[in-house]
This record gives sequence, C-alpha cells and structure tokens, in this order.
Amino acid sequence: MSIHANILEVSNLKVVLGQNTVLEDINFKLPSGSYLAIVGPNGSGKTTLMKTLIGLVKPATGNVKMFGADIDDLPPGTISYVPQIKTMDKSFPARAIDLVMSGIKRRWSFKINSHDSDKVAAIMHEVGAGDFIYRPLAALSGGELQRVFLARSLIRNPKILLLDEPATGIDLVCELSINKLITEYNQKFGTTVIMITHDWSAAYHHTNYVLLLNRRQVYFGESKTAFTDENLQRTFSHLGHGHGIKFGLKI
Amino acid sequence: MLEALTYPFFQKALTAGLLTGFTGSYYGVFVVQRKISFIGSGLAHAAFGGVALGLLLGVEPLLTAVPFTILVAIAIVYLQKYTQLAADALIGVLFALSVALGIIFLAVKTQYTSDAYSYLFGSILTVNDQELIIALLLSLVTILTFFKLWARWAYSTFDVDLAGADKVPIEFDNIILILLISVTIVISIKIVGIILISAYLVIPPASARLISSSFGSMTVISVIIGMLSSVMGIIFSYILDLPSGAIIVITQTMIFFVIVLISIILKNKK
Repeated sequence: MSIHANILEVSNLKVVLGQNTVLEDINFKLPSGSYLAIVGPNGSGKTTLMKTLIGLVKPATGNVKMFGADIDDLPPGTISYVPQIKTMDKSFPARAIDLVMSGIKRRWSFKINSHDSDKVAAIMHEVGAGDFIYRPLAALSGGELQRVFLARSLIRNPKILLLDEPATGIDLVCELSINKLITEYNQKFGTTVIMITHDWSAAYHHTNYVLLLNRRQVYFGESKTAFTDENLQRTFSHLGHGHGIKFGLKI
Repeated sequence: MLEALTYPFFQKALTAGLLTGFTGSYYGVFVVQRKISFIGSGLAHAAFGGVALGLLLGVEPLLTAVPFTILVAIAIVYLQKYTQLAADALIGVLFALSVALGIIFLAVKTQYTSDAYSYLFGSILTVNDQELIIALLLSLVTILTFFKLWARWAYSTFDVDLAGADKVPIEFDNIILILLISVTIVISIKIVGIILISAYLVIPPASARLISSSFGSMTVISVIIGMLSSVMGIIFSYILDLPSGAIIVITQTMIFFVIVLISIILKNKK
C-alpha cells in the first residue's frame, strides 16, 4: 500500500471558534477515490469541519493531511469547494460564465477570451447548464446555480471535490440529477468526493463512506453500516433524552 | 468659460477632480459590493482629525491627515479581528474619537482657523501642487492595482471562502485596499470636502451596478461616471459660483437617478 493510499488523514482534530469548541476528537482516514458523506444535524459542525479540511479554518489542536501534506503546501487546484449556495451574494454583478471561469483562473476575470469561453461552455453543457451561460447569477434558481457551481468545480479537474449541502434549496428532480452527476463523476474519474448532507437516506444510497457528526465524531466507516438506530440517536438527538424520532422514516 | 481653462487654479482643480474621480469610483466598486459604504464617511471623519492636527501644528494638513487616516483604518481592521465587533460599530467608535480630537486640536489652536472650512466643505481654489502630486501618484498606484490586485479583490468580494480556498491572501489584500481607500479619501478632501466625500465611493459604483452584468463592466462604468461627474461638477460650480463638492455630488446623484429611471424602463420592457 502506497503512502498516499489515504487521500485525507484527520487526527485528534479540535476546532475552537471564539470561545466555543465547535469540533473535537475527530479522527479518520479516507481512502483515495472514496465518496464520503458528512451527516449531522444543524449546528453539528459540518461546515466548520469542511472549512478546516480545506484550510479556511485553522485547528486548535490536531492536524489535517491531504496526500500526506499540509493543505497550505498542496498545489493550487487540487481541491475544489462548492459552498452552500444560500450564502452566495446575489447582489454581486456576475454571469454564470464569470463564476465558472473563476474555477480555471482561481481569480476573478475582468474579461473572458473566446478560447476560455468555449471551454466553459463545453463543461456547462455537460452538467446541464448550457442554457444559461450568460445569465446573471441573481436570475438563476437554486438548482441552476448548483449546476453552475458544479461546472466551476469540474472544470479544474480536482483531486478532491467538497460540496456543502448541494441538495439544500433545490427541488427533488434537480437533487436527483445533481446526485447522479456527482456519483458519475466520482466513479468515472476516481475523484474523491466529500459531501455534507442532512439527508442520510441519500448518503446511504450514493456514498461509500459516512462520517456521523455532532460536535464529536459519532461514526466513521462504510456507509452501509453507518445508520444503526444507536448511531442515529447519538447523532441527531441531544444527549440524555430522545425526541421520539422514528428512524427509518425520512423526516 | 473657455478662459477659465487658462487659469492655473482651474487646471489644477480639473486635474485633481479627474484623478480623485478615477480613484474614488474605482475603489468604490469594492466598497459598494462589500457593503462597507459606512467606511467612506468613517474614514473621512478620521481625516478631519488628521487635518486639524496639521492645522494645529502649522504643517501641510495632508501630511498629517494621510498617516492619521491610515492609522485609524488599520485600527479598524485589527480591532475587528480581535474583538469580534462588526466593522460598522468600530468605525462608529473611531469616527467619533477622531472628530472629537479634531475639535480639540482646532480649539487649542488660538489663531484664525477658517482653513478648516475649506476641508469640511471642499475648496477647489485651494488645491495645491503637493496635493496634485500625491493624487497623481495614487492614480499610478491604482492603475498598477488594476493589473495586480483587481482580480483578487473582486474574487474575495464575491465570496471570501472561495477566494480563501484558492489561496488568495485575503488579509493582506484587505489591508492594501483599505490603505488605498484611506489615501483616496484624504486626497479627495479638497475637491468634495469631508462631509460629502463618501459620495465618490458610493454613487458612481452604485449607478454602475444598475446597468452592469459583470464586475468588470461595473468597474469601467463606475470610473467613467466618477471622472465625468467630477469634470461636470467643477465646470458647473465655476459657472454657478457655488461650492464644487456639493455640485459634484448633485451631478452624481442626478446621473444616479437618470440611470435608475432607465433601468426601470428597460426592466418593464422585457
């Protein structure tokens, strides 16, 4: 087994924001080419964990290694990150093509030449975003915007693709087709995918690894064995009292 | 009117107006899109403290106002980082302190301080060579930033996390931006006056935003509006014999409302 069989290694990770410990005791090793779902309730630290993985948040203790190296030492373009679309500033004057271009340039483009716009158009068609290449971002629906973000990520051909709740705020048809696109991409190119989701039934069906999170790591391992009643109880309920949630039903 | 162009004071005023119109409306696109418009009037009031200090010490006020304003700007950035208070609250604190200091500096100075009014309300007649040279240098630096920093500033203005994930040095870039905005504000004092200075950072970019589909075109249109409104305002103020700063701001506001009207008509046509 080569030294980089694990694309991502997280050990003894603790993250403190202000005076709050947001994450602690996070330990896992993710094999290359995996599709990992990070599942947990609101406020469980999912987004903070993802931001820590890509170096936007610095850990208080412990460390994160990608390809055995610190994130800051990795060549640019290794990772691609899709933030929650609901946080996007819709007042910013930009067209879909401008956002996808930032995936190639890693900077904002003042103007786009025809060679680059052809490249962008090709990938946007691939993800079903070909109809709104020049449309303003503010005029796109959640599902359309998610496709634009996906095109932006795929155009740089990353080693790891990280998505923060790609299914939130979009309708079911869009959700299914975006899930399908991500799964196909993972299988076709062997790109490691890490996705945050509330929806543990989607995690069960699409991914091969699951991290159950509620400030602490409840479970890390294969997705088929993740969703036991006990694990779900520990992830989604407060300690000490259950909420009478019937697991097995999608709530 | 044409003979006015031969007067050195008028040439200086027009040049200074063009240069400050350019820099103010260029940095303004970031101010408007980052929703930190308050910083314009906050730093202008900080500049008042600096100007008053210069008047008290009897040195060229620009020489004290530039470092004073930069100091306040840096204080805002670092206090924000270490206190978790929002920028607008910190600007409110330091803005008040600077004005209070300015008032004390002017009160301590026993001689006649009519100069202070030319800084509060602007006075194109009094633009001097030093100010022109600094405005010119600032414009050259600003052109350089267009090639080196515009793409990074724009990226982190759009989404700070995306830019951070792509290793844009956000903190460094922010400091450079706020320093250049501080200098822009101090340089513009003579043209529009402390009270109206934030107009330069807000009205041209806000007008440009209404008719721009990309951030690049917003930048270009904002700069055109900023420079055009400066020249128009200075000429009108000469013809009407009214304060240049107020006339420039009224010109900008009229452009703004014309564009609002056009954009509403275009939207209804669609």
